[in-house]
Amino acid sequence: MTLPRERVGTRPAGLRPIWLLAGLLAVLLALVAGLAFGSVSLPPAGVAAELLNLIPGVRLHSGLSERDIAIVTELRLPRVILGLLVGSMLALAGAAYQGVFRNPLADPHLLGVAAGAGLGVTMVIAFRSTAGEATANLPFGVPFAAFAGALIAVALTWLLGAAGGRDRSPATLILAGVAVSSFLAAAQTYVMQQHVDTLREVYSWLLGRLATAGWHDVLLILPYAAVTGAIVLSQRRELDVLTVGDEEATGLGLHPQRSRYLLIVAASLGTAAAVSVSGLIGFVGIIVPHTMRLLAGPSYRSILPLSFLFGGAFLALADLLARTAGGAAEIPIGVVTAFFGAPFFIVVLRTTRTAAP
Amino acid sequence: MKRDLSAVGGGPGSAGAGVAGAGPLRPAVFVRGLRVRLERALIVDGIDLEVANGEWVTVIGPNGAGKSTALRAIGGLLPFDGTVELGGTAVERLPRRERAKTVATVTQAPVVPSAMRVFDYVLLGRTPYVPPLGRESAADLAAVDEVLEALDLERFAGRRLDTLSGGERQRVFLARALAQGARILLLDEPTSALDIGHQQEVLELVDRLRAERGLTVLATMHDLTTAGEYADRIVLLSAGRVVASGPPATVLTEENLAEHYRVRVRVIEGEHGPLVVPVRG
Repeated sequence: MTLPRERVGTRPAGLRPIWLLAGLLAVLLALVAGLAFGSVSLPPAGVAAELLNLIPGVRLHSGLSERDIAIVTELRLPRVILGLLVGSMLALAGAAYQGVFRNPLADPHLLGVAAGAGLGVTMVIAFRSTAGEATANLPFGVPFAAFAGALIAVALTWLLGAAGGRDRSPATLILAGVAVSSFLAAAQTYVMQQHVDTLREVYSWLLGRLATAGWHDVLLILPYAAVTGAIVLSQRRELDVLTVGDEEATGLGLHPQRSRYLLIVAASLGTAAAVSVSGLIGFVGIIVPHTMRLLAGPSYRSILPLSFLFGGAFLALADLLARTAGGAAEIPIGVVTAFFGAPFFIVVLRTTRTAAP
Repeated sequence: MKRDLSAVGGGPGSAGAGVAGAGPLRPAVFVRGLRVRLERALIVDGIDLEVANGEWVTVIGPNGAGKSTALRAIGGLLPFDGTVELGGTAVERLPRRERAKTVATVTQAPVVPSAMRVFDYVLLGRTPYVPPLGRESAADLAAVDEVLEALDLERFAGRRLDTLSGGERQRVFLARALAQGARILLLDEPTSALDIGHQQEVLELVDRLRAERGLTVLATMHDLTTAGEYADRIVLLSAGRVVASGPPATVLTEENLAEHYRVRVRVIEGEHGPLVVPVRG
C-alpha cells in the first residue's frame, strides 16, 4: 500500500543476533562442561576435540585415553543431551503456556501434566512391587506410565474445560487444570499410602533425575521434542498478537482459539515427553522464559527461541551440579534448579526494571 | 454472491448517503435485520443500517442499547443473524485476513500489552499482510512509519505503550487500526477515556484522516454534542432497535432524547450541529 521509503529507524521487536549467539554459546558451554566434569574430570579442550570427532570426517587428536573417550561419548553424552532436550522442552512449553493463557504464572505443571505423570509413575512402581519381578522389564515402565498419565490428565482437563460451553476462556481451562490436578494428586497419595514400601522410589522419581539416562531415553523424547519445538516456534508471531486479547486478535485476522489449541497440544506433548524421562523438574518452565523476557524483551519472537536454548543449557548445567556437588550421592536435579534458579531469578527481577512483565 | 439489493440501497435512514443508491457503488457498510444474542439474551434486535463510502455515521443510545454489540458484530467479531455486508461482501464470507484488510476496529478499552513498544504495537496492525510462518516485509515496516508520521507519533516509536498518557494511547490505537490499511473504521467510544481537549483532538484527527484517505467511519459515542458535531448521520438505538436515524439535527431533538434517555435536555443550535445540554429535572 505504501512505497518503501527511507525508514525512520525503529526496528521491529525480534530475536537479536547477539542473543541468539549468546544462547548457542550457552548450549555449547553446557555441553562441554557437562562432558568434562564429573566423578572423573577431563580436560575441556580434549573433550571438545572428541566432540568434534563425532562429526563424520573429522579426526582430531584429543589426548584422551580409550576409557576417557568411552566416559565422554557413551556415559556422559547421552545424559547431557537428555538434559539439554528436557530443559528446552520445559522452558519452551512454559513460555508457550504463559503466552497462551496470558498468565505469567502458567507453567508446564499446569493443566494437570505433573499430577497425571505422578499418578502414572506411582501406580507402576507400586503395582510392580506387588506383582514382583515379573513385570519389571515390561515395556510400559516408568517413562511410559508418566507419558500416558500426563496425556490422560491433559485430555481430562481439556474435556472438563470444554464443559463450560463453547466460549471456554483461558481461565476456565486453568480452573479445570487445578481440579484435575487435585483429583489426581489425591489418587496418587492414596496409592502411595497403600504401598508404603515403594515411597522412596516414587519420591526419587518425583524429585526429578536424569540418572538412568541412556541413548534410549534420548531417542524416546527426540521426536516429541522436534514436533513440539517446530510447532511452538512457528507460532511465535501469533503469540505476540495474542497479547492484545482474543477479540482484537480476531479483528487482526487471526484464529486465536485455533492457535491456542495448537500451542497447548504441542506444549503438553513436549512436557509429557520431558516428564516421562526426567521426572518432575520444577522451576525451569517459569524461570527461564521470564529471565529471557526481562533480558531480551517481551516479544515471543525472542522469548521462545531463547527459552529453548537457555532452558537446555540451564538444565544441563543444573544436572552437572546435581551429580558433582553432593559427593557420592546425587542431589535430585529438581532441588538444584529450585535452589539456584530462585535466587538468580530474584536478582534478575530486581536489577532489570525496564521490562518487568 | 451477487444478490440484488440495489433496490434497498438507498433505503430508510440513508438521507445523507446519496452515493449509496447510485448504481453499482455499494455502501461501505450495509446491515439488514441484524440480531445478536449474548448468553441467550437478545441484545441487538433487528437493526438496519447503512454507511456510504466516505461517510461518518455515529451510533448513540443509552447504556445497554446494544451499540457496542452491534459494532462488534458488524466487524465480524461476534456471531449474528441477519445481513452484514462490508464493501458489498457478506462479512461471514470474507476470510479472516481479508476481513481484517477491509475493516479495522478500535475497541472501547483496547488491551495494552505490558512492555510492548509503540512501534511493535502499531506493527500488529500489519498482521493480515504477514503470511503464516512469515515475517513483516519492508512495505509493512514502511506502512507503520508512514502511519506514525501521519499521527505525529514518531517520537513515541521506541517508547513502551504502557507509559503513554490516555490521549497518546488513543492515537496509538488509531495508528494500529490505520496500519491495517482498511477502508472501514469502526470506533467504539473512541473518546470515552479522554478529557474534552483530547476528545476534540482525536476526533479532528479521525475526520482529517477520513478525508485524506477516503475512510468510512462508523462510531459509537456517549457525548451527544460531540457525536452530532462530527457525524454526517446519527443512528439512535434503544433496547436493541433503531428508533431514529438521519442528520444530527433530526435525531438529536429534545423529544427523542427525553423518550429514550429519560433525561431533560435543551438542544441549542450550534455551528456544527445541535448542542445538547442536560437540564436538571
